[in-house]
Amino acid sequence: MSYDKLIFELSKEGRRAYSLKKASYPQYDINDLASNLRTIELNLPEVSELDCVRHYTNISKKNFGVENGFYPLGSCTMKYNPKINEDIVKTTNFAKLHPYQPVNTVQGALKVYYELQKSLSEISGLEEFSLNPYAGAHGELIGLMVMKEYHLSRKDFKRNKVIIPDSAHGTNPASTVVCGMEVVEIKSNAKGMVDVESLKSVLSDEIAGMMLTNPNTLGIFESDICEITKLVHDAGGLMYYDGANLNAMLGKVKPGEMGFDIMHINLHKTFSTPHGGGGPGDGPVGVKDFLKKFLPNPQVKKLDDYYYIANEADAIGRISSFFGNFLVELRAYSYILNLGKENLMQVGGFATLNANYVRECLREDYILPIKGYCMHEVVFDGLLDNPNDIKTLDVAKRLLDYGMHAPTIYFPLLFHQAIMIEPTETESLQTIDEFIQVMKQIAKEAKEDPELLRSAPLSTPISRSDEVFAAKHMIFSYRDYLEYISNK
Amino acid sequence: MYKYFPHTEEDLKQMLDKLKISSIDELFSDVPNNVLLKKDYDLPSEMSEMEVKNYFNEISKDNQELVIFSGLGVYDHYQPSVIDAITSRQEFLTSYTPYQPEISQGTLQYIFEYQSMIQALTGLDVSNASMYDGTTAAAEACFMACNVTRRNKILISETIHPNTIEVIKTYLKFKGYEFDFVGSKDGVFDKEDFKNKMNKDYAGVIVQNPNFFGFIENYEGVSDIVHDLKGVLVQNSDISTLAVLKTPKENDADIACGECQSLGAPVAFGGPYLGYLATVSKHVRKLPGRICGYTTDTLGRRSYVLTLQAREQHIRRAKANSNICSNQSLMALFVTVYMSVMGESGLKEVNKQSYQNAHYLYNKLLETGKFFDNFKQPFLKEFVLETKINHDLIREALVKNNIFGAYSLESIDESYENLVNFAVTEKRTTAEIDKLITVLERLS
Amino acid sequence: MSKVIDGLMYQESHEWLKKVSDDEVLIGITEFAAKELGSVVFVDLPEVGDELTAGSDFGAVESVKAASDLTSPVSGEVIEINEDLVGEPELVNEDAFNAWFIKVKISNPEELDVLLSAEQYKKLI
Repeated sequence: MSYDKLIFELSKEGRRAYSLKKASYPQYDINDLASNLRTIELNLPEVSELDCVRHYTNISKKNFGVENGFYPLGSCTMKYNPKINEDIVKTTNFAKLHPYQPVNTVQGALKVYYELQKSLSEISGLEEFSLNPYAGAHGELIGLMVMKEYHLSRKDFKRNKVIIPDSAHGTNPASTVVCGMEVVEIKSNAKGMVDVESLKSVLSDEIAGMMLTNPNTLGIFESDICEITKLVHDAGGLMYYDGANLNAMLGKVKPGEMGFDIMHINLHKTFSTPHGGGGPGDGPVGVKDFLKKFLPNPQVKKLDDYYYIANEADAIGRISSFFGNFLVELRAYSYILNLGKENLMQVGGFATLNANYVRECLREDYILPIKGYCMHEVVFDGLLDNPNDIKTLDVAKRLLDYGMHAPTIYFPLLFHQAIMIEPTETESLQTIDEFIQVMKQIAKEAKEDPELLRSAPLSTPISRSDEVFAAKHMIFSYRDYLEYISNK
Repeated sequence: MYKYFPHTEEDLKQMLDKLKISSIDELFSDVPNNVLLKKDYDLPSEMSEMEVKNYFNEISKDNQELVIFSGLGVYDHYQPSVIDAITSRQEFLTSYTPYQPEISQGTLQYIFEYQSMIQALTGLDVSNASMYDGTTAAAEACFMACNVTRRNKILISETIHPNTIEVIKTYLKFKGYEFDFVGSKDGVFDKEDFKNKMNKDYAGVIVQNPNFFGFIENYEGVSDIVHDLKGVLVQNSDISTLAVLKTPKENDADIACGECQSLGAPVAFGGPYLGYLATVSKHVRKLPGRICGYTTDTLGRRSYVLTLQAREQHIRRAKANSNICSNQSLMALFVTVYMSVMGESGLKEVNKQSYQNAHYLYNKLLETGKFFDNFKQPFLKEFVLETKINHDLIREALVKNNIFGAYSLESIDESYENLVNFAVTEKRTTAEIDKLITVLERLS
Repeated sequence: MSKVIDGLMYQESHEWLKKVSDDEVLIGITEFAAKELGSVVFVDLPEVGDELTAGSDFGAVESVKAASDLTSPVSGEVIEINEDLVGEPELVNEDAFNAWFIKVKISNPEELDVLLSAEQYKKLI
């Protein structure tokens, strides 16, 4: 039986894992706050330091990280997170700087922010960046705010609609609505790309712009991109680049040169910062020169050799506490310097080669819905020869038994049994070959022993969970859990 | 060869042969030639690991590490060594959002524990898995208030941190929602002004306690007014203070939000931090963000999964509660480990010592005759005083002594004339506090 | 093949409608819709007294992996909601045609004329 305790269950009143110095000024009594004080129970766990460390060490073993094994999660760019980046955070003084410290005492931090901004500009072909957005979805929202503000500043009040392909990430329409605009969805064509005729049919003077991922979520490069951006521009709209798939474009294409005006970058994807189990990442937003005055406050600027912080009146406003997830930015800049221009130029090529190799090796076993080369990721649509009606979910779960993370499944929504594989440039041929062998083995098992797949995984810390129970019972805390147990 | 690209010449040949192509460039044949990059990025050349280290060591010399005596939403509490040891484990650090529960129980379990601790601190029924930071949590809380009440206007207390107000305003403006302010009196929320302004058009009111000045506000009667008008009360608080101060539950708030940095995260020049967002059971489906729930696996073993996902963008797309598609997961681990180490008594002791240190400094500063308290409000670890001493002079004198404190509120808003901010945590020693006092005493 | 009941009225977004008196109707979702959603875990219903207009959303139904808005085929006032579904949303999966969501007092009977017959709906699914 593997370890399954909650920290609360280790608690014993009176145990201590902390040590604090003796109070220096006992003459002041917090009880003087009287009626302002909390009177309800708190119920936090009380454990020893060893119990605490052991607990989190034990539950960490139930996790799968990039260093455990192959992590081909499509659209997520699970590349290796270099150790040097972590070392930079730990061995320098950046983590000890208060964001309100006098500007002349944080010149180093501002320099990192400024130089990373400039590096991202060079890589993306967009003149100015704000690193303040905290995540990809946050970056989308801020980018759309810039788009909206641009039209409003020209007193073009009608433009309130954003064109989004049906293959887009769910965050695109969600961000649009949060930004107070309407979504106009257009269908993809048979090749999985933007249908130029559909696009033409929705263009009007109400269009604020278009959001596009390129390569798109099917891993396909939108070869009509120059025509698309021209059409949208001619109609008075702006082009937004969802940078989720930027990794494929490193060293190959600058989004700015494809005609994009605004974009976000996921530092936790393309620039190797750790995903942290779902954050913190960072979602810098870049814009063309004519939009830079709208970027959010605060802004980091440079005059001669002095860095300073500015709050501009034309900006969309403030969208974060301070300068984004600064320590994530520090890691990303470390990555850029470590690789240098020579190696950054190679990233997209190697990532794309790895994905195409997987595509070629698995096309006899899995349905390849879109012909031709893919970019950094390849999408299959379930098993090719599938007499037992094995689902993509079963294939994914079986992969876990083989010590590999599952690819992204059931996205993009265009294919009912989508399996989206992104091997990234940091994986070796041996690792990829092993993955291919496992995928072929699973295809074989699907025919010979379907129950094995349907009951997979068996070798993981837990097997499949009852998600209906979770949604119906809504046990979200230890308090809820105790209540559930006592009623059972 | 480069260390992060394991492709040998032989590997490359094998892969290209399989694809029946002669170079990687052929894979990019769909890319229009006019946009294909023709030259290298204009960036520095590859650096060795040692050179990268040296580079950042050099840059960091342009920073000055200071002894921190101001807060303004970011507090320099002590971080026990356990936190770094645990949060550096690659199983937590390098994993993705827990989409495959079978191999993500580590992440899911600490999120469940995090939610449990936020539930305990706020006293409300349910917490989500965390937000980007306190300001965006507050903005999402305002959206949620509007959602729950189906109203598109909200009242904002003027005593909320100006950054939080600015972020809320940005979010509301673009969404097309309206707002109005509730003024302050003697440095705290003006209940009379609130009574006059609150009506059925407003979704409710968002307040902050302790407020931007560090003062403790009293919300007696506020929730009754709000609830009589079918609105909601949103309380924003630095989470650490809830261990000792009146909770959102006791103030009968419907939504609680705020910053969690004070529970184990470094000041880190502004981030990464994390926000919390909690609510009462009846509004759980309007709560944005990830939520982790308890269940069992096919063998009946306890397990945890992300649940109520039908509220979220990847299913609901344009109709989702929010566009957020992650949490600050690793930062939630910082908080969870911190609270596990400190426990109930540790967290209370931290607040108690912060209170004592702050009150000692407060009294000593008043004794100098150069600092004045025009508000006379109760406070916990943070307060503002008025001084006629030039603020630039103060700043420079303190920096010279490696101290950051007496932050001039004028630099945030001109209306805060002559006001300076102090915050003192349990981390500050008597020597540090006395030094601050000595430096300030000498100024005039 | 999902069951479709003769005599009920249907609309393309998979709601059924049953006339219980001259100006009162019950509204629910079809068995086909319930199967597509999978195990229903939550039903969001309007309040008694809410005014509906034809074509507008009056609630939502959620499963673990999907969610769907409920669209009213008619205008009128909600006069009753099926409280049973709040505690036991699985009733929708067990018997979709008995698990009505709301009872509406309709204000414009002509709106019923454009709804689909069982035959027409069968062709849709």
